[in-house]
Amino acid sequence: MKIAVVRTPGSNCDQDAFFALQDSLGVEARYVWHEETSLQGFDGILIPGGFTYGDYLRGGAIAARAPVIDEVRRFAADGRPVLGICNGFQILTEAGILPGALVRNAERRFLCMNAHIKAVDCKSPWTRDCDGVLSIPIAHNEGRYIADDEDVRRLEGEGLVAFVYCDASGGPAEAPNGSTHSIAGILNSGRNVLGMMPHPERASSPILGGDDGLRILRGFSAANLV
Amino acid sequence: MSRYRVFVTLKPALLDSAGRAVNDALHSLGFESVDDVRIGKLIEISMKDGDRGQIDEMCRKLLANPVVETYSIEEAS
Repeated sequence: MKIAVVRTPGSNCDQDAFFALQDSLGVEARYVWHEETSLQGFDGILIPGGFTYGDYLRGGAIAARAPVIDEVRRFAADGRPVLGICNGFQILTEAGILPGALVRNAERRFLCMNAHIKAVDCKSPWTRDCDGVLSIPIAHNEGRYIADDEDVRRLEGEGLVAFVYCDASGGPAEAPNGSTHSIAGILNSGRNVLGMMPHPERASSPILGGDDGLRILRGFSAANLV
Repeated sequence: MSRYRVFVTLKPALLDSAGRAVNDALHSLGFESVDDVRIGKLIEISMKDGDRGQIDEMCRKLLANPVVETYSIEEAS
């Protein structure tokens, strides 16, 4: 199995993601430049965090129009695993691959902290190992998830909310960034595409303070088993 | 209530990196005849008993940096 880690000018979590996949998880990873038009030979795509193109216009707006996004769209439609983390989540929403948008945090402060999240259900490859509370770092200025009422109803009704923010014991909690219904990550209807603001790659080894993130990243292997 | 629109833009001589990035992105989407893109700010102000002179003062004191930016003021209905 081989995972493409997409690099765009301004990506800054690409090496963390590469480390998490290759060194912590033992999955082969390769960097892929955003101008690539074919991802043949790859089994999954990871779009890492950063501030691609300086987040000019809107977070992820320009990267979402890069040539490689056509391949991301094809992987998404083919049912192959695609994970967008932080800016990668913003790119997936800007590209229309996931619904909604990420806007400025409600408190108007950059948030850099560990967050408690929990999987809403465990039916997707990304959440099947995620029972209980996970502690995963967040680091964002524009991570407040919003979507129109109809999309929120559909996401919740069809079980496509992957993760919500919660308190340390798994009880309901307001999202630190003010996200609608405390949403931290969502799935496409095929459940093979996950976009999330928390950074699983930063919780991928005990020396980093925890490895809860690996339970999410294992979705790459799980998705390819289906 | 008076309403004003203030447009703040970088002086033409300065590199507008956001504008350049959008220019290049438009080219890659096939809009090759695009020659230049400049990005500025639109600031909408509503105020009681305001006049254009006060808006001009706001621009000079806060809204624009005269070293690198120019501004224009439009009265909105």
